[in-house]
Amino acid sequence: MSVVNIKDSDVDIIIGALRSDLTSFMNEWRSIFSRFHLIIVKDPDLNEELKIPEGFNVDVYAKSHMDHVVGSSTSVLFSGYSCRYFGFLISRKKYIVSIDDDCVPAKDEKGFLVDAVDQHIMNLTTPATPFFFNTLYDPYREGADFVRGYPFSLRNGVMCALSCGLWLNLADFDAPTQALKPGQRNSRYVDAVMTVPARAMMPISGINIAFDREVIGPTLLPALRLAGEGKLRWETMEDIWSGMCVKIVCDHLGMGVKSGLPYVWRRDRGNAIESLKKEWEGVKLMEEVVPFFQSVRLPRTAATAEDCVVEIAKAVKQKLGPLDPVFARAAEAMSEWIKLWKALGSGSLPL
Amino acid sequence: MVEPARDTQAATKVVPLLKDELDIVIPTIRNLDFLEMWRPFFQPYHLIIVQDGDPSKTITVPDGFDYELYNRNDINRILGPKASCISFKDSACRCFGYMVSKKKYIFTIDDDCFVAKDPSGKPINALEQHIKNILSPSTPFFFNTLYDPYREGADFVRGYPFSLREGVPTAVSHGLWLNIPDYDAPTQLVKPLERNTRYVDAILTIPKGTLFPMCGMNLAFDRELIGPAMYFGLMGDGQPIGRYDDMWAGWCTKVICDHLGLGVKTGLPYIYHSKASNPFVNLRKEYKGIFWQEEIIPFFQAATLPKDCTTVQNCYIELSKQVKEKLSKVDPYFDKLADAMVTWIEAWDELNPPSGASAKVANGKA
Repeated sequence: MSVVNIKDSDVDIIIGALRSDLTSFMNEWRSIFSRFHLIIVKDPDLNEELKIPEGFNVDVYAKSHMDHVVGSSTSVLFSGYSCRYFGFLISRKKYIVSIDDDCVPAKDEKGFLVDAVDQHIMNLTTPATPFFFNTLYDPYREGADFVRGYPFSLRNGVMCALSCGLWLNLADFDAPTQALKPGQRNSRYVDAVMTVPARAMMPISGINIAFDREVIGPTLLPALRLAGEGKLRWETMEDIWSGMCVKIVCDHLGMGVKSGLPYVWRRDRGNAIESLKKEWEGVKLMEEVVPFFQSVRLPRTAATAEDCVVEIAKAVKQKLGPLDPVFARAAEAMSEWIKLWKALGSGSLPL
Repeated sequence: MVEPARDTQAATKVVPLLKDELDIVIPTIRNLDFLEMWRPFFQPYHLIIVQDGDPSKTITVPDGFDYELYNRNDINRILGPKASCISFKDSACRCFGYMVSKKKYIFTIDDDCFVAKDPSGKPINALEQHIKNILSPSTPFFFNTLYDPYREGADFVRGYPFSLREGVPTAVSHGLWLNIPDYDAPTQLVKPLERNTRYVDAILTIPKGTLFPMCGMNLAFDRELIGPAMYFGLMGDGQPIGRYDDMWAGWCTKVICDHLGLGVKTGLPYIYHSKASNPFVNLRKEYKGIFWQEEIIPFFQAATLPKDCTTVQNCYIELSKQVKEKLSKVDPYFDKLADAMVTWIEAWDELNPPSGASAKVANGKA
């Protein structure tokens, strides 16, 4: 590991399996993943057995485990892309890296394979700078620094709780956008990591993320499930919702969120027009979601991530619940999740 | 190892966008040889040269450029007693150029900035990129993780609310620098050999409510939208501080842009910054600023403007009142600065009266 003081055993790589044959995925990532412990969580709606190649230190969890640990009525929380949250819940490592199973390692502009795990860990273990924007981006990167005019008192930075990576090839566009530009693929490698400023809202995609489970774990949560939620990212909003919560909590607790490197290469999959025909409730809901999160105020007494989630859940129930049943269900799911987290998520012993 | 573009004459045919609507403002105390490199990109445009220092010295402008030049005598003549707000012996004097311009857009660049090369080796037309930045909207209310969504090959990402996709008008385009980065004196002293070799292929909107250090080396703005806020303060000769001119303008500008719903972009284009100024000289100039910025930043972060401030001038005057009220206790300099801010606006309004007629703008006469 190129980062000082971080042991490989501090990291869990958690993959939500929405397809059964993970052979090619795992082989593509082998050189990067093989030295870490992996948790693979199978979508409870997936019936086939998972195919996983040899040579990995991996624990696999499926519906039966979920039923056993949280009960079959609650395990519905983990359907589809949300299956990974079960992994987040039971992991006992400090750092989690989670990547969608249709992504493979990208190559940088020089043609070298990007070690996404290494970059995520670097992002998480160097400070974030949310209170003042540095025009040369991440000042802790080699060859960069704080620019003239950056106050010295802010140069220590704060802890980075979340690292959001990006995607080459199939970018994380919504269905209408991709449908309008069916041939558009992202080929621009932007060589930067930056802290997203405090109080700035952002759409946090779940495709390629890493976080400090110890400080922010409970805030990544399965809550917003669209009525027509499907098995393609175009048909979900769960990560966007979760990400809005994470950003609010980080802003409140004085922690940072970084965005930018690392890139992963996202394989072409699905048909945006088909997804659009089926589901664009998510796009409409964001119009309510954004003003809500803009107005959320967390009390000073909310000093932990759990406290913050409880407060947000209350506000969701009160303000958004009446607007659409999907929000009322989200508020419930959030409360449910915190109970689960308190019972099972904390503690040092693995389940 | 990063290098500037050596031969820009071979640069591909340039279509000079906004040729009659943009002035290039260049402060100088030495010479304008650097313009030779920029010729293919700058020649179609009108230049406003602000000559700092000894007015009896003659500054040679390379042939073929259309320009007006102002030295200190001109500034004193044109502004009379109000000339006191324009700095002397500091590149802050450049803001005089903003004031006398009659154009909608300004691009300002330092005389030690050359044409950079992109990763493919092609010379970068910085002015063209600034114009693209300014002519496309900004998105300050929600961060787009794929940066500027209006760029070719990019777009808004999933989760970006559709109601915010129109964006707002862009008031400022802040470019960056390869080779000598814009570090403060302490950083320069600790890392004298550090060079910026990283080409970050992005433009992004700085979110509303977030401040940043605005560097005046490679900057463009919409003069009609935000011009009066671009006062570069009292620096240099007779002043206790230097190298904070652009910082001051940037903080005022950002607060006002946030209030008026205008956008500020940063990122591309890069220029090649060739000269590292003497860090010991810089330290002496910046010294007070390093302490003062610890008070100044919280001041700007907390500054709010009343709803009835709907013009840049009103916002700026209001800010000057708050500066006088809250920063004077840091140092009497801020009291003087607050007064100078008011003088600046008075001078601006005098030189830029609201015009009834929509006559074609001609270049000003020196």
